[in-house]
Amino acid sequence: MTSDKKQKPWLDRFQTTLRVGFFLAFRQVIRSNKWTTALIIFVMMLTFLNLVVVSGILVGLIEGATQAVKGRYIGDLAISSLIDKPYIEQSPSIIKVVENMEGVEAVTARYAESGKIESDYKKSKKASELSKQVGTIISGIDPEKEDRVTGISKLLVEGEYLEKDDYDQVLIGAFLLTKYLQFESPGFPTLDNVEIGSKVRVSVNGIMREVTVKGILKSKVDEVDRRVFFTDTQFQRMIGRSDNNVDEIAVKLKPKVDPVLIKNQLVARGFDKYARIQTFEEGQPKFLKDIKETFNMLGNAISAIGVVVASITIFIVIFINAITRRKFIGILKGIGIDGASIEFAYVIQSLFYAVIGVFLGVIFVFLFLQPYIAAHPINFPFSDGILVATAFGTTVRALVLFVATLIAGYIPAKIVVKQNTLDAILGR
Amino acid sequence: MNEKIIIDVKDLVKSFPSGDTRLVVLKGLDLKVKNGEFLSIIGRSGSGKSTLLYQLGLLDQPDSGLILIDGVDVLKLSQKQKTDFRLHELGYVFQDYALVPDLNAWENVAVPFLMQGLSKKEAKEKAAQALAKVGLEGRLDNLPGKLSGGEQQRVSIARAIAHDPKILFADEPTANLDAETAKTVLDTFIELNKSGQTIVMVTHEPEYAALTHRIITLTEGNIKT
Repeated sequence: MTSDKKQKPWLDRFQTTLRVGFFLAFRQVIRSNKWTTALIIFVMMLTFLNLVVVSGILVGLIEGATQAVKGRYIGDLAISSLIDKPYIEQSPSIIKVVENMEGVEAVTARYAESGKIESDYKKSKKASELSKQVGTIISGIDPEKEDRVTGISKLLVEGEYLEKDDYDQVLIGAFLLTKYLQFESPGFPTLDNVEIGSKVRVSVNGIMREVTVKGILKSKVDEVDRRVFFTDTQFQRMIGRSDNNVDEIAVKLKPKVDPVLIKNQLVARGFDKYARIQTFEEGQPKFLKDIKETFNMLGNAISAIGVVVASITIFIVIFINAITRRKFIGILKGIGIDGASIEFAYVIQSLFYAVIGVFLGVIFVFLFLQPYIAAHPINFPFSDGILVATAFGTTVRALVLFVATLIAGYIPAKIVVKQNTLDAILGR
Repeated sequence: MNEKIIIDVKDLVKSFPSGDTRLVVLKGLDLKVKNGEFLSIIGRSGSGKSTLLYQLGLLDQPDSGLILIDGVDVLKLSQKQKTDFRLHELGYVFQDYALVPDLNAWENVAVPFLMQGLSKKEAKEKAAQALAKVGLEGRLDNLPGKLSGGEQQRVSIARAIAHDPKILFADEPTANLDAETAKTVLDTFIELNKSGQTIVMVTHEPEYAALTHRIITLTEGNIKT
């Protein structure tokens, strides 16, 4: 055997293997066809986008709906009546305390009662025909306070927003109107021929009033889009509630304020004896959480297919590359280059494609796509979809892609490197 | 040349599958090569010249027999040990130059040095020295595609001799070259041999073989005596 001085400890040998592998890989990459390299990197970038964006949009679809419920209805903290009470007792005290708490940006209180809204009642009808009535929630709000919490004035698709002293004028949710719901369902009856300025009849607690439609709201939140809004002063008189106790209080917190902290302070004051106090997380409908989880799983399943496609792509690229260079691989082995170095060169090459592809993908997602979709949400029928791409989730997906690429690069290199050296050199 | 035997081959047999039978190419061949000798192997096509060279160069495994190189029973080495042995002790010049197209002249020569554990700087210096020895000091950064056939073969020779191998194997090194370039390559081999390099060369050309110390002719799988 060769002289002992030439035998290296395994660590030295390992380092040498990596160094030679890197030397070969670097030159193979920089001297390969630029367009081919660009195309492979582009494929890797698309694969990464497939991993991040598909699941991100699916989750963002529900996240958009969730954020809409939070921002346009519930707020960061929701205070509602106890199950066995018709309204929130001690409402004025609670509101006063909440409004003065540090970390609270705005508070809105709402009256809410079941009622009916009716249109087309002036048309002449046969004795057997009824005018069209739709069951709804009638709500009384302070227009300014409501707007500060939910930005409701920006949700108008027609007409104008309520003013504090408006009388017999209402905002009406778009899902109560046939022209906006666009489908007929026995569970969701709608009103025809209602426009801005139309007269409609509102009944609540046996009291009926004819009012004028001042504006039509569309928020993609059912609780808002299936309501009729009065000013709180008129509504209070209509339902005869003189104690100022309301049915819902929505609280908007300043950025980065923990809602649990605010909730705990209210509970510490004993307000939980008069009202149910929930953070948005606690108050959001369970089905939303379930759908989000489901879509996340669906996104992961689609991403998994993306990873397989990426792996196959890299496998094919490296396999073709290695096969076409089989002779040179044979020569390198023939002159004494360790097979592991050659395999490592191909693994590095694969990782190079993946790293650059992921890097470009990350730049595209975080510097362009996510901000763009946040500014211009995707208009899904039931939500304004955003792109949910967290740093952690993206890192995990990038690592998954790296591992898949590493394996997909190693296997074909191994297959070609282990072939007989002389056969490779002679092209047999 | 001295009397020390650097290659000692005994009863070497190599066969290949041919249909249902095996075609025996080397039939119990015996050969001794002295240290510093320039030996040429000639013979008709299919006589087993290249096959013998591949067995001696550890690029192939014979069916049976014994090959001692500088006293080492090389057929008993593992694949990894053989690779290591080739890296340190042997040099090869192939008919078609066998340069790696992604590597320029100095990189082609330097790779074995890197594998031996030298730094890139040291490897480049040694590669440059070897290339200067074959008259290519000005073509260090040229990729093989930018070199003529003769220049490529000289890069191949530089790679083969750079690490100071015990034996240089050359498989028809002039076959793809014109007469003038072939002469230059042969002159390079002669110069190397004069400095003590053992060379075993397979060739088709009797006039080139005539320039070597000893000629063996392979016929029907054995050395014609």
